[in-house]
Amino acid sequence: MNIINLENISRVYQVGSEEVHALDDVSLKIDRNEYVAIMGPSGSGKSTLMNLLGCLDTPTSGKYELKGTDVSDMSDNELAEVRNREIGFVFQTFNLLPRATSFHNVELPLIYAGVSAAERREKAEQALASVGLKERMLHKPNELSGGQRQRVAVARALVVGPSIILADEPTGNLDSKTGEDIMALFHEIYSKGNTIILVTHEEYIANHAKRVIRLLDGRIESDKPVANRTIPNRGS
Amino acid sequence: MRHHLFEWKEGLLISLAAIRANKARSILTMLGIVIGICSVALMATAINGIDKAFVNGISALGANNLYIDKWAWFTDDDFFLMRNRKNVTLDQYERFAKLAKLPLAMAPTILTMHKVLRGENYIEGTLMTGTTDGYVRTTNFNFARGRFFSALESSGARNVAVLGSEVAVHLFEKQDPLSQEVKIDGIPFRVVGVLEKQGSNMLGNFNPDNQVYIPIGTVFKYFRRNRDTVTIVVRARSTELTEATKEEAIGMMRRVRGLLYDEKDDFSVNTQEGLTTEYNKVVGVIKLVGLFITGLSLLVGAIGIMNIMFVSVKERTKEIGIRKAIGAKRRTIMGQFLTEAAVICLMGGLVGLLLAVALSMVINKFLPTSVQMNTIVLAISISLLTGIVSGLAPAWTAAKMDPVEALRYE
Repeated sequence: MNIINLENISRVYQVGSEEVHALDDVSLKIDRNEYVAIMGPSGSGKSTLMNLLGCLDTPTSGKYELKGTDVSDMSDNELAEVRNREIGFVFQTFNLLPRATSFHNVELPLIYAGVSAAERREKAEQALASVGLKERMLHKPNELSGGQRQRVAVARALVVGPSIILADEPTGNLDSKTGEDIMALFHEIYSKGNTIILVTHEEYIANHAKRVIRLLDGRIESDKPVANRTIPNRGS
Repeated sequence: MRHHLFEWKEGLLISLAAIRANKARSILTMLGIVIGICSVALMATAINGIDKAFVNGISALGANNLYIDKWAWFTDDDFFLMRNRKNVTLDQYERFAKLAKLPLAMAPTILTMHKVLRGENYIEGTLMTGTTDGYVRTTNFNFARGRFFSALESSGARNVAVLGSEVAVHLFEKQDPLSQEVKIDGIPFRVVGVLEKQGSNMLGNFNPDNQVYIPIGTVFKYFRRNRDTVTIVVRARSTELTEATKEEAIGMMRRVRGLLYDEKDDFSVNTQEGLTTEYNKVVGVIKLVGLFITGLSLLVGAIGIMNIMFVSVKERTKEIGIRKAIGAKRRTIMGQFLTEAAVICLMGGLVGLLLAVALSMVINKFLPTSVQMNTIVLAISISLLTGIVSGLAPAWTAAKMDPVEALRYE
């Protein structure tokens, strides 16, 4: 079953008097438990696509079905609910709340979902344990390393059990060793049956995925499975 | 419902954390509300105090009193019509006193102002009430020293005086005034009594504390012409009997003044009700204006809150973006910022109220007053309301932010 179904999606921005076609008639299907990398140079429309897939934005035209539900015309509040239930975000800059503990950061989506305190505690602890940070639960982001912060962000993305994990340059702010650790974590999450969409412009990161979609000028340039599973290191 | 409770609790924790994170800023903003609420609460307290002082003042004069006078005290009638009325004379009082059966007590009074002197100390323009011995029974006077002048002293027009407490203190300082001599416009009078403090500042010079009482005959002997008009004070036996006493007084005065059945009254029977009505008219306006002006200071505080909330929203754009990305709805974000504004205002309101309570203890030295329960409730609800109203626009700005834009904000 297709978890994501984009049909003839366009996104047009009005910049002054000029219309910018960030996405131009894009159609795309992604199945459950796929591991997809979206690649492309800057300005290719990959951020726009990521925002649309993450229900942070709506298309100018076309249809987006997420788990069979049309989300292309939803209101702000409806989209917020969909994001809360179905999508787990992992950002390049981690985007944790600086004044909150790891635990509270991970618990937050559950608060918005209306989950009781006891259940929140259990789920958040579990999510933090799954990224290996159970003992850092009461630390604030500034007391954690970059890799640890990103792990907290991954735990926050996982905690509600979303349909897709959307990761936008998740290793962009990490050194290569830590980046590899995070990619290993994603692989583990993927092998547990989750769907992962990875937005990156780094070839060696994209090669962790099973399928690579390349964008250029707002269109899909190529969409093919990753053939070679021997992962070249950065700089080689 | 549970949903909302979790969100609201989260909002409360966030606002407390935000206030703590920006201590100086929050305190300065709060100061506006502190001052605003403090001044509104003090104004409300002062108004309560003025009302209370007025009621005390009235009761010091005697609650069930009627005042038969040439003049109507509070009326829209033409002054010139009343000016043509005949004076109420002492003769008329004496005839009236024989006819009226209902009053508990009555006395003629005439007011006059003179310099009172004792040794080095003197008071210019002291209000004197010239009256008879019966006057004291129309009041609630208590005596610190001595007594009111007697029937004999009154009818004999003797040079005796009863001093109000403030007058006594001013002239005699710490000495005992009893049987001492004071000079009224140079004429010697013997002090036969000193009143206890009546304790009302509302009536100004009419406050018994600031007056001197002398026999009415003496007033006519030295200071006034015999035909001058007097005011007859009549005390009813009870509040219930006030109306009947008034009816009787009107009837008897008509007889005394020889009015025909179709002639209109050429005198007025004034009551303290008239005074109360007039008081409410004048003080009502003062109250409104006072609350309005103090309300302005609260408005300034509210604008401060609004300003700082806009800053706070701007600063936390990224945070708003994150929260929206992981599922916060407009309502949630809105609630978060409204709660923050309300918490700041409520804290400010409570501090302002405490300050007002402390200050009212100082004011209490001049006006009998204290912060009332209804003032406390009013102040707290006003501060809460101020927070919500001034937080509305900033909270809405936050709530309708585009998550993509907000996440991109650095």
